[in-house]
Amino acid sequence: MPEFVDILNAIVLFSNFVLVPAISYGAQLALGALGITLVYGILRFSNFAHGDMMAFGTMVVILVTWGFQSMGISFGPLPTALLALPFGIMGAVALSLAFDKTVYKFYRTKKSAPVIFVIVSTGVMFMTNAIVRFIIGPSDQRFMDGTKFIFRPREFREFTGLSEGLALKSTQVLTLTVTIMCVAALFYFLQKTRTGKAMRAFSDNKDLALLSGINPDRVVLITWILVAALATTAGTLYGLDKSFKPFTYFMLLLPMFAAAIVGGIGSPIGAVVGGFVIAFSEVIVTYAYKKFFIYLMPESLEPTGLMQFLSTDYKFAVSFIILVVVLLIRPTGIFKGQSI
Amino acid sequence: MSYLVADQLRGGYGGADILNGCSLSVDKGEIAVIVGPNGAGKSTAMKALLGMLNLREGTVTLGGKDITHMSPQDRVGEGIAFVPQTHNVFGGMTVEENLEMGAFLRTDDFTGTMEQVYDLFPILKQKRRQNAGELSGGQRQQVAVGRAMMTQPSVLMLDEPTAGVSPIVMDELFDRILEVKQQGIAVLMVEQNAAQALNIADKGYVLVTGTNKHTGSGEELLADPVVRRTFLGG
Repeated sequence: MPEFVDILNAIVLFSNFVLVPAISYGAQLALGALGITLVYGILRFSNFAHGDMMAFGTMVVILVTWGFQSMGISFGPLPTALLALPFGIMGAVALSLAFDKTVYKFYRTKKSAPVIFVIVSTGVMFMTNAIVRFIIGPSDQRFMDGTKFIFRPREFREFTGLSEGLALKSTQVLTLTVTIMCVAALFYFLQKTRTGKAMRAFSDNKDLALLSGINPDRVVLITWILVAALATTAGTLYGLDKSFKPFTYFMLLLPMFAAAIVGGIGSPIGAVVGGFVIAFSEVIVTYAYKKFFIYLMPESLEPTGLMQFLSTDYKFAVSFIILVVVLLIRPTGIFKGQSI
Repeated sequence: MSYLVADQLRGGYGGADILNGCSLSVDKGEIAVIVGPNGAGKSTAMKALLGMLNLREGTVTLGGKDITHMSPQDRVGEGIAFVPQTHNVFGGMTVEENLEMGAFLRTDDFTGTMEQVYDLFPILKQKRRQNAGELSGGQRQQVAVGRAMMTQPSVLMLDEPTAGVSPIVMDELFDRILEVKQQGIAVLMVEQNAAQALNIADKGYVLVTGTNKHTGSGEELLADPVVRRTFLGG
C-alpha cells in the first residue's frame, strides 16, 4: 500500500500537470466554441474563419498592449492586455462586420447552401490569416506582463512540505474568472433580455421569427458583435496563458469545432461543456503518468516506460477522433444541438 | 366593403400561375374559410394575402388601404397575424417566451394580452415554463394561435390549424377560434376538415384551380348539393 503522503504527492502531481492546465485550456476552448456555436445556430454555417478571427482580435490586443507599455501604462498586477482587450474587440467587430457586408451578405441574400458558406468562410479564413501575418508576422509573440504566479511550485513545496510542487499561474485564474463572467453574461443576455430572446427565436425558427417582426439584420449584427468579442477574449486569454502565434490560432479551430459539436452545435451550454470535455481528453491522454504511478504503485510494479498514451505531438488527433466518434454515434452532441 | 379584401388575384411562385383571379374578403368579427381539393391554391391564396407571393394582377386592401406591395413584415405591423401550418412555434423556447416573441413589435405593456391568451387557452398557463417543442400537437397549435394573438391583430390567418390533431382537439380548437372571432377579429382560415370548418364559418370559399368555384355562407355551402357531393364527401 502506498503511504498517505505518496497519495497526496500523486494528487498534487496530477493537479499540477493535468487538472489545472486542462481547466484553463478548457475555459479558453469553451469561449472559442461559443462563438462557433452562435454563428452556426443563428447564421447557419460552420465558420472556418473563427480561429483566424481570434488571431486578428488578439493581434490588435497585442499591438495596443505594446502601445500602452511604451506609454508606461500598466494594470498593476494584472496584465496590460486586459486594458487593451476592448480595443481588440472593437477591431475584431469591425473586421467581422466588414466581411459580413462585403462577403457573407451577398450569399445570404442569394440564400446560398450552407456548404457554399463553409467554402466562403474558408476564403475569409485565408484572408484574415494573411492580414494577421502581414501586420504582426508569423512568429511567436509574448505579451504577458504583471504578476506571473499566484504561487510557484517551490513556494507550494515549502508551504506543504510535500516533495511535489503545484504552480498556479495568474493567467489560469484570470482565464477561469473571465470565462465565468463572459459565459454568465452571455447566458443572461440570451435567456432574459428581449434582444437575446429574439436571437434564440431567430435561431429556432427563422420564418416564424420574421413573421413575429424580428429584424433579421439586427440579429445578424448582434451575432457578429458577440462572436467577435468572445473570439478576441478567448484568443487573448490563450495568448496570455501560452503565447501568440497565428498558426497556433488557426490550429485551434479543430479543438474548438470538436468542442462545439461534442456539446451539441447550436447549444451554448453544450459549447461550454464540450470545451472542457475536449481539453480534459487532450491533456489526460497526452500526459506521461510514470511519476504518478511511481507514487501509487509498490516498488515491484513500478512502470519502466513513460506511461503516456499519446505523444503531445498527436494532441490534435484526440479532438479529431472525438469529433469523428461523436458524429458517428451521437451527431446531435451531448445537449441535443442541431444534427449536422 | 369588408375589412380585408383580396380582389382578382393572379400569380404564382415564378412558373405557371397558381391563383387565377381568386377573390376573397373577410370582415372584423367574421370567420371566412377557404376549402377545396388538394392543389387548389388555398394556402397560396393565404400567402398572397401575407405578401409572400409575387402577384401579377389583383389588389389586396386592409381597412381600405392598399397593401398589395407591402412586405410580409410590414403587414404584420399593420395587424395581420399568421399561423403557419407547420413549424409554427419556437420549439426550443418556453410557452411564455413564444408569447413574448409574438409581442416582439409591441412597445407597450403586453401582460394584459398574455392574460387574455391564458384565459383563452388555460392549459398554456399551466405549461408556460415548458418548452413548446415538448407539447402535444393540439397544445402546440394553441401556442401558435396564442403567439399570433399577442400582436393584438385585426386579422388572424390560420393555415390548417387542425391538421394532425385528434377530432376532440379539433372541436376544442374551433370553439377557441369562435371566441377569437367574438373579440372582433377577422379570422381567415384554410381547412382540410371542410364540413366542420364550414359549420363555424360566416363565409366559405370553395377554390378550384385558383379560382372561386362556390362562395356563400357556411350554411349555404353545407346545404348546396353540388358542394356536398364534390367537396364534402356526400
